[in-house]
Amino acid sequence: MEFTRRETLVIGAAAATVAALPLPAMAATTDELIAEFTGGADVAEGGVDLNAPEIAENGNTVPIEVGAEGATAIMVLAAGNPVPPVATFNFGPLAGATRAKTRIRLATSQDVIAVAKLADGSFAKATKAVKVTIGGCGG
Amino acid sequence: MKLKALTAAAALLVAPGLALAGPDDDTLVINGETEMVTKTEAPAHMEETGIPEIISGWHFRSDETQALEMDDFDNPGMVFVDIGMEQWETVEGSAEKSCASCHDAPEDSMTGVRAVYPKWNEAAGEVRTLAQQINACREDQMGAEPYGYTSGEMANMEALISVQSRGMPVDVAIDGPAQSTWEAGKELYYTRTGQLELSCANCHENNYGNMIRADHLSQGQINGFPVYRLKNAKLNTVHARFKGCVRDTRAETYSPGSPEFVALELYVASRGNGLSVEAPSVRN
Amino acid sequence: MAKGVRPRVKVPSSASAGEVITIKTLISHKMESGQRKDSDGNKIPRSIINHFTCTFNGETVIDVKMEPAISTNPYFEFDATVPEAGEFKFVWNDDDGSVYEETKAIEVG
Repeated sequence: MEFTRRETLVIGAAAATVAALPLPAMAATTDELIAEFTGGADVAEGGVDLNAPEIAENGNTVPIEVGAEGATAIMVLAAGNPVPPVATFNFGPLAGATRAKTRIRLATSQDVIAVAKLADGSFAKATKAVKVTIGGCGG
Repeated sequence: MKLKALTAAAALLVAPGLALAGPDDDTLVINGETEMVTKTEAPAHMEETGIPEIISGWHFRSDETQALEMDDFDNPGMVFVDIGMEQWETVEGSAEKSCASCHDAPEDSMTGVRAVYPKWNEAAGEVRTLAQQINACREDQMGAEPYGYTSGEMANMEALISVQSRGMPVDVAIDGPAQSTWEAGKELYYTRTGQLELSCANCHENNYGNMIRADHLSQGQINGFPVYRLKNAKLNTVHARFKGCVRDTRAETYSPGSPEFVALELYVASRGNGLSVEAPSVRN
Repeated sequence: MAKGVRPRVKVPSSASAGEVITIKTLISHKMESGQRKDSDGNKIPRSIINHFTCTFNGETVIDVKMEPAISTNPYFEFDATVPEAGEFKFVWNDDDGSVYEETKAIEVG
């Protein structure tokens, strides 16, 4: 089978559309995870501290810190990872502060999302964009 | 070099948001107590290079990566020092000895060792790296199998021994019986290899402080080896790094432990004479 | 038990009653994500630590559900209130069923 240049372009555009489809599907997964965590409750923007480097030198080990005043739990998601969940921190009665630091993997530049469940049962969230650089050398 | 500096300056004017590629002016203090020499006057033998100051790779990293080396608990490389200590105390081989059988506590017996390696071994009549000396001990004294030259076990043991010299200045001898090996290493440092026809010097002497793709080129100092890399989340040995570098020039590489890499290690180490031993350091 | 797994924890040896202290933990573990392939193109099966808890005298400080996006050699830093003298207990649960534990006593003075 042979294609003219024009046909090839059309097919290419169609393929590009198909290729773009999984992206909204992935976004829905993040939304679904948040919905599952919140039980469908509204999520306020802000009130959650999410510290992560603006530019990560290597996506394999990216230091982050999450915290929210009076939170009972904080879920962390990496929206652009093949599997978005990262961790869920549940704070017990002896937590000295409702914050934690860890190191995470980011497959590519993307948004890191922290959703906190607050003591009054409401939810709040913060999003931070992290750029992941590729190294200069493979070695 | 001047032209490149101009280009870099122009790029910065166009894109002020870009991070500077050069070394920063931070100070490396480990555990809030051990201040490290991370910048110092270049050793005399480097006069012909025109490089006035030698700089640890630590200065070329982001604040987040730098912080990981400033506290022994935050430094993941220290876990492997602990594992190295278990190896140190493990009896192996036909002589039924451990490292500790002869050398007792590494805190006492290994202080200063890392700073002077690679080093001339009179009995063997050759310059030996620390890794070679570890394996010589295993084979000749313990009757044990040698570690793989760039293996995890070797990296753990090198880290354990190296950390005993942390903060001491690198001070490898380049004269006397070591001189011919040092000269051979120097020649390799300036020899272009591979399809890309790059020598060590092309990147680490002529272009440190510039970007290579999205990364900052350092002087390629080895005072921090073995190094915990975020990239592969493990300790990496000097010869594994050399191999990676030479491979990236699209060349067939020398083997870890080969006479070529031993000579190169001596030469590269000597370019860091005066910097503190930093091992296990943390890099990206 | 996965090979070479070794927990490290950093807890001050003493505190005053009611003081908030910072705890750091690190455990050497590959955290194989299940996303990687070996040189033959076969998927390397997931093998991670999936859960971490810190308790003090039996009461929870923090409880973390961990996913494959946690880096190799998992690290946590968090704060704990020390109401009395006692013992911190740290537990890591591996996918393979292994349980790694560490304890640290703290005095109150």
